[in-house]
Amino acid sequence: MTPLLAATAGGVLVWIVWVAAGFSCLASGIAVVSFSNPFYSALALIGNLGSLAVLYLLLSAEFGAAAQVLVYAGAVMVMFLFVIAYVGPRLETPWAGGPSWQSLGAVLAAGSLLVEIVVVIGLKAGGRLSHSDRVNATFGSPAWIGRLFLTDHLLAFEITSIVLLIAAVGGVILGAHARRPAPPLETTGEAQ
Amino acid sequence: MSGPGVAWYLGIAAFLFGTGALGVLVRRNVLIVLLSLEIMLNGANLALIAFSRQVGNGDGQIFALAVMAIAASEVCVGLGLVVALHRRRLALDVDTLSELRG
Repeated sequence: MTPLLAATAGGVLVWIVWVAAGFSCLASGIAVVSFSNPFYSALALIGNLGSLAVLYLLLSAEFGAAAQVLVYAGAVMVMFLFVIAYVGPRLETPWAGGPSWQSLGAVLAAGSLLVEIVVVIGLKAGGRLSHSDRVNATFGSPAWIGRLFLTDHLLAFEITSIVLLIAAVGGVILGAHARRPAPPLETTGEAQ
Repeated sequence: MSGPGVAWYLGIAAFLFGTGALGVLVRRNVLIVLLSLEIMLNGANLALIAFSRQVGNGDGQIFALAVMAIAASEVCVGLGLVVALHRRRLALDVDTLSELRG
């Protein structure tokens, strides 16, 4: 009786955490798209990434959640906020300006994409999505992920590191080029 | 498993992907387009991790971590482009940036 009660209470707790994290995830996603100030959008995206990390934890992907918080909410979003502060506030009214049929078409396109994803997943997977395989305690732990990275997925690991290196070099080159006064700019009539 | 099944997580993932696609299509600020791209990538990541949990196989998590690294490099290059545009005093508007002349 007591283990059953404990299991039921655990399930209810998981559902509560799932509902809270999922709701904040969806709400902050909508907030990112609909804020007019990019600074507030970036802050809402940090909330989105944090609630996604909670969902990853519920899926027993501990290393994924830690990497999400460290890499995304830490490094990437700090870079985003820095660039937004550097560029300055550029307000934009999201749903005004431009032909309204463009916004309407975009909403329709995004909605049809959403419906298509849901229908394809529902048709292909059917009733197989309701139950999951049992996993052991090491599933998603850093040691397990590291072992997979260095044995089965070594090529992906190395290629990812090369891509990161190339992106860093590209960022430096983009920043360094803009520092020089560009000669073709004066011929276009933009006198300084 | 007594918690929510994989289908619930896939619903959230699909909604996130749709929201990000809406932001990419509707918004004109380059920075917010980049932020919406992040939402789309995270929706795909959530689906990958959910399927990985369902099958009990780690390949999905490895794929999600690779997607995170690719997203970091994409942000690096995209923000470099934004800074370069700002230094040349161009508008950060995807409607006016219609030709590849920098």
